[in-house]
Amino acid sequence: MTTPLLDAPLLDATGLVKRFGALLANDHVDLRVMPGEAHALLGENGAGKSTLVKMLYGLLQPEAGHIAWEGRPIHLPEPRAARALGIGMVFQHFSLFDNLTVAENVALALDAAEPVPRIAARLAEVSRAYGLPLEPAREVWRLSVGERQRIEIVRCLMQDPRLLILDEPTSVLTPQEAEGLFATLDRIRAEGRAVLYISHKLEEVRRLCETATILRHGRVVARTDPRTETAASLARMMVGSEVAALRHAAAPPEGPVRLSVRGLSVAPDDPHGVGLKDISLDLRRGEVLGIAGVAGNGQEALFAALSGEVLAPRAEQIILDGAAVGRADINARRRKGAAFVPEERLGHAAAPRLTLSDNALVSGHAASGMVRHGLLDRGRMLGWVDAVTRAFDVRKGPRDPEARALSGGNLQKFVVGREVLRKPGLLVVSQPTWGVDAGAAGLIRQALLDLARAGSAVLVISQDLDELLEMADRIAVLFHGTLSPAEPVAGLTREAIGLRMGGAA
Amino acid sequence: MRRLVLERRAETPWALTLASPLLAVGLTLVSAVLVFLAMGRDPLEALFVYFIMPVSDAWGLQEVAVKATPLVLIAVGLALCYRSNNWNIGAEGQFLMGAMAGGWLAVATHGTGAGAWLLPAMLVMGALGGALFALIPALLKTRFGANEILTSLMLVYVAELLLDWLVRGPWRDPQGFNMPQTVVFAPEATIPLLMEGGRLNLGTPIMLLVVVLAALLVARTLKGFEITLVGEAPRAARFAGFDAKRLTWTVFAIAGGLAGLAGVLEAAGTVRMLQPGLSPGYGFTAIIVAFLGRLNPVGCLVAGVFLAITFIGGENAQIMMQMPLDVTRVFQGLLLFYVLGCDTLLLYRVRWVRRAEA
Repeated sequence: MTTPLLDAPLLDATGLVKRFGALLANDHVDLRVMPGEAHALLGENGAGKSTLVKMLYGLLQPEAGHIAWEGRPIHLPEPRAARALGIGMVFQHFSLFDNLTVAENVALALDAAEPVPRIAARLAEVSRAYGLPLEPAREVWRLSVGERQRIEIVRCLMQDPRLLILDEPTSVLTPQEAEGLFATLDRIRAEGRAVLYISHKLEEVRRLCETATILRHGRVVARTDPRTETAASLARMMVGSEVAALRHAAAPPEGPVRLSVRGLSVAPDDPHGVGLKDISLDLRRGEVLGIAGVAGNGQEALFAALSGEVLAPRAEQIILDGAAVGRADINARRRKGAAFVPEERLGHAAAPRLTLSDNALVSGHAASGMVRHGLLDRGRMLGWVDAVTRAFDVRKGPRDPEARALSGGNLQKFVVGREVLRKPGLLVVSQPTWGVDAGAAGLIRQALLDLARAGSAVLVISQDLDELLEMADRIAVLFHGTLSPAEPVAGLTREAIGLRMGGAA
Repeated sequence: MRRLVLERRAETPWALTLASPLLAVGLTLVSAVLVFLAMGRDPLEALFVYFIMPVSDAWGLQEVAVKATPLVLIAVGLALCYRSNNWNIGAEGQFLMGAMAGGWLAVATHGTGAGAWLLPAMLVMGALGGALFALIPALLKTRFGANEILTSLMLVYVAELLLDWLVRGPWRDPQGFNMPQTVVFAPEATIPLLMEGGRLNLGTPIMLLVVVLAALLVARTLKGFEITLVGEAPRAARFAGFDAKRLTWTVFAIAGGLAGLAGVLEAAGTVRMLQPGLSPGYGFTAIIVAFLGRLNPVGCLVAGVFLAITFIGGENAQIMMQMPLDVTRVFQGLLLFYVLGCDTLLLYRVRWVRRAEA
């Protein structure tokens, strides 16, 4: 233990237990945060980090265990009680009203009623003091994601918290915005406030925090000083085993173009949404093209336009293996050898309450021989499930369970495997490993690379820059609906991509 | 401190999908006993009259089949609608429209000695009339985004008042002593009886055929899968390349067509004329049947028979115990209430949870 024993802990949670149905999300978790400490909570998706902090913030009630604040036992029936003690929290997903101004949003969230002009004045003061520039009178929908996060942080700071909890704050930020956040956090800590920092980004944690509690499968597996560890050793503790390195072919492919997009523009489907502006790209045989970008910059519109869920204005704007398919619907494109994996597993890629064999039919009815003369061939559908299960190591109880019974990683393996097994000529996949454990992520990435090496063209839309740098032959950046020219990964630096993701170059 | 919480189930146990409607029926029976006690009647006698007598002799069984036929026909169509999240509440109106469209042929050809083409033509007209009437809410929903629950429900009153006007005005039987009804349909415009002297007619086998076809549609065809997927996960349906708007037209047309077919079968088979009281609320009771039958065609058959028993039992109770017809309505309403309530058990698990002590 590197924490000094002289100090009394600010927050001391012991033996917290929380269960969701059959899942033990927190299994006797202990957490001790010292005053003024930057404490990291590390773990893979689904390790129980969010559950733990929700209990500390009064959003969830532990089924067993105790929480002590400055040595006194406390009970947190609701977030208001946590805020009254001095615990503030910045969520991963913001709860802001798009059509209200910054000051109005803050006013709504404060526990004590105050006139908006006075709040605006205090807000300006706090945002200046912490280097978080914000205009109180601006409507939220005009703001970038980074600015929206600033509102949430300022909102917490206005309550003068002793402990600030941040849930994966950099997952929505560009590298430059993240730098700004780190500077702010240094200032907050300099005032003696403690920070509980939830992340799975190891470099960030090593740089910011002096203590780390590592969770795996709902249990604390290690407490350590991250500055004395390497990223690899932290990853080992998180994952529980060495992460396999990807097999990546060296030479960039020079095959014929399989997918060509020219001058594609699509209007946004709602007034606050982002459409596409004059997108052009070429994707060759054997190539993996990465589309980087922060969420909400047109990724959804791009996937919808490429898949055919939304038709392009003109047929020749999308050429697939020489055929103009811009006006062809998603099934016509599938019959031409294209396959698609959307970002949302449950609800978009798969229907939660239908069985896996039914879900095999969702994308397979057009081109996989599961339907003859309008009649379903249930044997073939089940056979498809078995084949995907074998090839992608999908772990499930019964042979054909409902999709929602699978864990996130296993369902993702299923929806990716469902398409990869068809050996498509073109695979468009959005966020292939979002929220998936490291083992499943490695398997999925390898499958996509193997598919490309076998002659397919693979387009990966992802917010995970590390993933794209690992997999892609070339990377283009999507920003506000425009796509930068794709460049070979070898000539790119993380900083150059980060600047483009922020719209700077 | 302990409290009850509802937890989402990861997977619905198979046995519960069967147990839930049975539990609903059980709770309805318990409530029925309380209602009978409150009315000062002997609950055992009342239960016997309501639920046992209708199935204790051949006549009763035949009546049950006659009542179940329109209920099941309508409910099967509604089940397809509800599976795909299209809330057609207006089957009563589609039923009456079908009866009027088919009945019009019978009235217009009355006394002309029309040939064997008449009856099939009436059935087709009935189905068409119901289907076209059901396409009005489908059009309003897909084109203008109007809520189909409201539009389909309000169109029921349009159909009821139209029938009322027709049988009091242009279609009234000249020899009918000014009663609001049409002529009694000629033999060639009447659905053939299955056996001499009974009331069972060809409508019942038609209903059974529809149940089989609908069960195949749901379980074995791509169209049936499309209906289920659009209801379960609209975005996944779009990903599958299914057009939800076109499907809205399809299921409204099927449901309206089946309701219309039920209407013309009732008019030309059981009642043999058009009159304002043609339907004792079949179109609305069929909503209960559809849910009680778990939106499954075979389930609708079972549930339809059960609801038909309460109809016959209600008539018996009126005659033998002077119980008002409203008691039957109360049972049907309670049943739907309990069915929907018990469905919560399918999706959620009830647990006692001890709160963490402070």
